[in-house]
Amino acid sequence: MAELVAVIASTHHPFYYRASTATGEERPPFADEWVRKVESFRETLTRARPDVLVMVGSDHFHQLWLDNMPQFLVGKAPFYDANFYNEEREFGLPKMLLRGQEDLSAYVLREGLDAGFDLAFSNELRIDHSITCPIITLRPQNDLPIVPVYTNIFAPPLPQPKRFVQLGQTIRELVESWPSEQRVAVIGTGHLSLELGGPRQFGPHGPDPEFDRKAVDWIAGGDLEKCLGEVTLESLHLPGNATHGFMDFMLMMGVAGEGQRADYVDSYDLFHTMEAYFTWYPGGGVR
Amino acid sequence: MSKYLLNKFLYTVDRDPELVERYREDPVGTVAWWEAEQANRILNCVGGESSTWLRFDDTERDALSTHDYPRLFELGAHPFLTLTLFIGLFERDHEPMGFQTEYARRLAHFTLPYPDIAT
Repeated sequence: MAELVAVIASTHHPFYYRASTATGEERPPFADEWVRKVESFRETLTRARPDVLVMVGSDHFHQLWLDNMPQFLVGKAPFYDANFYNEEREFGLPKMLLRGQEDLSAYVLREGLDAGFDLAFSNELRIDHSITCPIITLRPQNDLPIVPVYTNIFAPPLPQPKRFVQLGQTIRELVESWPSEQRVAVIGTGHLSLELGGPRQFGPHGPDPEFDRKAVDWIAGGDLEKCLGEVTLESLHLPGNATHGFMDFMLMMGVAGEGQRADYVDSYDLFHTMEAYFTWYPGGGVR
Repeated sequence: MSKYLLNKFLYTVDRDPELVERYREDPVGTVAWWEAEQANRILNCVGGESSTWLRFDDTERDALSTHDYPRLFELGAHPFLTLTLFIGLFERDHEPMGFQTEYARRLAHFTLPYPDIAT
């Protein structure tokens, strides 16, 4: 069976690429420390020596749209083109081409359906920065095939938080039962408190530092019970109108498992949001 | 009121560089053209399969035609779509992050709960 060698959760700040590649007067004062933190985080994936990446993220109304919105969608294609014109326009993100792992996509779809998740699928999925940002930060050589998993955290009605946790638990079961000798890392990106398009956006910190502190503690400690006890679809509006992306962090807590403390925890308080990075090694350490 | 159609306008304009510039330069004309020619077009279908019933109400048409993003927020347009498109339209006219903070300032009179964005 395949081996789950790393579970990784992070934010997906689209400005990292531009900040980290900027030089001279264009380079922001926070860039060097940000790069240092990301490179340390990257090493946690490198050490795990993965063969394939399951990538969990949320489409930002790029390919997925309100005329036919899935709640959870798995890509099943040999390749994925990436990043859209408006991401290039606003964030300077490059066009990218990622390779797919269709066998694992097919397995996740078949077994996921039988496990009770009515997963949508796509044979031609253009992916956006929720999945390309962790490639840029964690695997910039872009040399591994991926299985993209998209979640709806944007278009009400949304699935309940516990459903994200359950999907994470199921993804772990499916990865570990996949009849393959490959080493699999599951990487997911979400948000802490975040406001976009509202009055609390783009302040000096995230809109709700207290929520951020609690959220980092929940994730670092694998404290799903406490997290699920405090978080609802309604409450997630309070820390910022885009904070429902936190449910992708909850999904990754489901992959990592109840009570599993992260082996690596870091964060970085940037303007308008807090960056956060977590890695678990399910086998008890990297071999 | 059609929050879906507001969002459809924002979505389809934002993904097309030529439309972004056209909407920046001529919002009244672009909104009128879009409502007449594009509002009912089903996005992955040929024109013959278009819908027949989608249209803005006067308030929505006016908000789009005047680039009134606080009004769009009030009407329940999806804030991510509105922000992304208006950054594309006007960020170039401001210092770095200047437009984003001006956007927040102009919405400062809104308090929780925000307008419902469900379509």
